Amino acid sequence: MTLLSAIRSRLVILIPYVWLLFFFLLPFMIVLRIALSDLEYGSPPYTPQFSLSDGWSGIWDKLSTLDFENFAFLVGDSLYINSYLSSLKIALISTLFTLAIGFPLAYGMARAPDRIRPTLLMLVILPFWTSFLIRVYAWIGILKQEGLLNQFLLWLGVIDTPLEILSTNTAVYIGIVYSYLPFMVLPIYSALDKMDESLVEAARDLGCTRIGAFWKVTARLAVPGVLAGCLLVFIPAVGEFVIPDLLGGSGTLMIGKTLWIEFFNNSDWTVASAIAIILLIVLVVPIVWFQNAQAKAAEAGK
Amino acid sequence: MPSLGNIRRSFAPWEDPAAKPYISFQNVTKRFGTFTAVENLSLNVYEREFFSLLGPSGCGKTTLLRMLAGFEEPTEGELYLDGQPLKGVPPHKRPVNMMFQSYALFPHMTVADNIAFGLKQDGMAKPERDERVAQMLKLVKLEQFAGRKPHQLSGGQRQRVALARSVAKRPKLLILDEPLGALDKKLREETQFELMDLQQELGLTFMIVTHDQEEAMTMSDRIAVMDKGVIVQTGTPAEIYEAPNSRYVADFIGSVNILEGKVTPAGEGRIVLDGPDGRITGAVRDGAPATGETAWFAIRPEKIEIGRTPPEGAVNRLEGEVWDIAYLGDMTIINVKLASGTVVQAATLNRFRLVEDPIGYEERVWLSFNPDSGVVLRS
Amino acid sequence: MNARWSWFNITSVVFGFAFLYLPIVLLVIYSFNESRLVTVWAGFSTKWYGELFRNQGLLDAAWVTVRVAFISATVATVLGTLAAVSLVRFTRFNGRTLFTGMVYAPLVMPEVITGLSLLLLFVSINFARGFWTVTLAHITFSLCFVAVVVQSRLVTFDRSLEEAAQDLGCPPFQAFMKVTLPVILPAVISGWMLAFTLSLDDLVIASFTSGPGATTLPMKIYSQVRLGVTPEINAVCTILIGVVSVGVIIASILTKTREVQRQRDEQAAFAQ
Repeated sequence: MTLLSAIRSRLVILIPYVWLLFFFLLPFMIVLRIALSDLEYGSPPYTPQFSLSDGWSGIWDKLSTLDFENFAFLVGDSLYINSYLSSLKIALISTLFTLAIGFPLAYGMARAPDRIRPTLLMLVILPFWTSFLIRVYAWIGILKQEGLLNQFLLWLGVIDTPLEILSTNTAVYIGIVYSYLPFMVLPIYSALDKMDESLVEAARDLGCTRIGAFWKVTARLAVPGVLAGCLLVFIPAVGEFVIPDLLGGSGTLMIGKTLWIEFFNNSDWTVASAIAIILLIVLVVPIVWFQNAQAKAAEAGK
Repeated sequence: MPSLGNIRRSFAPWEDPAAKPYISFQNVTKRFGTFTAVENLSLNVYEREFFSLLGPSGCGKTTLLRMLAGFEEPTEGELYLDGQPLKGVPPHKRPVNMMFQSYALFPHMTVADNIAFGLKQDGMAKPERDERVAQMLKLVKLEQFAGRKPHQLSGGQRQRVALARSVAKRPKLLILDEPLGALDKKLREETQFELMDLQQELGLTFMIVTHDQEEAMTMSDRIAVMDKGVIVQTGTPAEIYEAPNSRYVADFIGSVNILEGKVTPAGEGRIVLDGPDGRITGAVRDGAPATGETAWFAIRPEKIEIGRTPPEGAVNRLEGEVWDIAYLGDMTIINVKLASGTVVQAATLNRFRLVEDPIGYEERVWLSFNPDSGVVLRS
Repeated sequence: MNARWSWFNITSVVFGFAFLYLPIVLLVIYSFNESRLVTVWAGFSTKWYGELFRNQGLLDAAWVTVRVAFISATVATVLGTLAAVSLVRFTRFNGRTLFTGMVYAPLVMPEVITGLSLLLLFVSINFARGFWTVTLAHITFSLCFVAVVVQSRLVTFDRSLEEAAQDLGCPPFQAFMKVTLPVILPAVISGWMLAFTLSLDDLVIASFTSGPGATTLPMKIYSQVRLGVTPEINAVCTILIGVVSVGVIIASILTKTREVQRQRDEQAAFAQ
């Protein structure tokens, strides 16, 4: 009986563990190995192929053909370097804009009357449940040359000729801010919502001005939420594909899009893998940071 | 020899060397990593006893209970229930039921389903089960609440459901972890007596954990006072109160004055303590401390007389100034500051409504007490 | 936090929600546009919805998507719940750090990487790409979301409930099934719903791991969107938005009424 339950409790860990090892970790190993291989026209389009029939020496010979050629290629070609840099720049700027819009929204929600707060919260979560693709697509009709925004501005008389927004980086910024806004608002809101209003009152009582109390108390206590929100926006934004592809133009360089093109249009699996590896390395610091924060939050929840 | 307190007991199996213990902890140690929760602890509890484990939070009392229920295994030592070793027996196979501090009522089940849970688990047939549930509901006076969910009950009602659920299987031993901790004071006092009645009625052995000394005093046949994983003293409520074996126990149960001094023997089972507060004569029951050793005289406030004139013929008397007066209705507590700076507490019972010229602040007063009224403590 | 709701607060909330909802509202409105030119309003019409139901390719894709979403959400919920239990209950086991990492990492992993790596896995084990590869891929990334949702409920779960069940004679596994699972069920269900919509929405991972005959709805929409905005796509999107919103709103109203009922009961209980 106890043996059976011991086996059961092992299985509880083992099943998801093995699943993730096989479908999450192993694929990364394969990406790494292909990134070190050479491009070859065939199926699959890379070399060497390992097979058990090679024997140990055969495998060893093939292992020695693995090299960092693809990485050298990436470093040598300014297209890739620029893609990375431009991704980081676009993600960073979008994150700041998202914060600028998300913080006042979260703050306003946290101060809203009790009755309507659950509704507001649901309204922020709702877009998260609706398709990402659809929400990005909705902006095409708004931003294009003869789109609704230009029609509206022409009608107002603010502009004489339609603005060119779609297929520029501006459209990409708008798309990212729009798509990731809930990710920014939710952690900030939950940080502010937990806060005790009497803390602000205490600060005011001790001689702070309204703005002083906001900066010294409210803003400080929201820092963990702000950091979580920024990471939740920044990390996926760096590797974003759909937004630059649909809203950006030919001049919009983002690494996710570059990877996609290498893979689907150029069928260059080895370079695509190398791009993925470098993208991962770029993101390792923020991802580890985020993970630690998550683990700490989970620990604190206990 | 006069007895301690004023209760004459007819139930005292612990005084009978032939009695077989029902629960027996033998040199039990429990460690969590480097933290020792319970250290080399031995304890016997007898059938039909109402036994309390009393101590501050973190003293290991809950760990002791959890080892009995089977949620923790001892790191070292053995545990016996009715002569059978409990090692390796999982919680669901132990003939022991527990009432949890949080009550742990299943939120998705009705009151009746909660009570029936253990019976169903035993495979009891439905008619018999229904009857037992009805009986339990009657016992805790919740007949009309059978169909309610736990969140539709008040705190006191939840407590009674938890109790009914834990006794429904008619366990020989019921373990209660701070059973009254979540109730307000008035409800707690009522429930204490209900618990005692229930224990009598069902003939169970109760093992209860509490940090509330009054609760332990009210309900228990015996109390074990715990500190940092060890039992400091085991005894009846009167023994614990009147004859504590250490300053820790004396201080933990009720209020006490502790006066320090160096020992000189005074003959006839008495010693004298010479300390900063003066000379105090105390009676020694067993194990007199050696001459020159530091010891303490512990005396309860209600055993100290207070007056304006030096008491004639009193063995122990101390002079001081009234520092604080607290009127509590049934009694008045007066804090007196001695010349040494020590503050001694005296309590007087207010037996008369009108008192002429009561003692006031900053008056000079005399405190006196018998050598037998307190105990000499060596630790 | 509860204080005066200032004009600044109200403005930022109104502005924020306008920004969040205006594009969706416009998209829905223009799905009822008579004209094929999506940006010129030419009168109300539901003809594009009619067109939709004659578009076999779109309907096939929708059916594939729903099946993938249903299977992957269900499997991911089981695996994710197991993972959550492991994370919360077993604080010490070999490789726990790796396990924790593997559970949290997919939450923030760029989709292109997840998609690419899974595709390469399927290629190297010679697994024919199609319906099942998409499903396996979706299980893998959504199980992590389920794990996080269930975990956050499990950490606040009072373990003495499970101990009480064991104390009353339940073996540990039964105690979990009879007591813990019913109590955390709302979190498990929202985990399932999350996994379902994640699968329903996913374009990138599906594009990498899909094969012939397994085109999902987002892939279909994407391929048409690249050719430009059409009222037909607006109509598909409107239906998708409608289905998801109705689901989420019903779910949250149910939770809300239960919560309100519960609070009322509690007040009544304490008033006795």
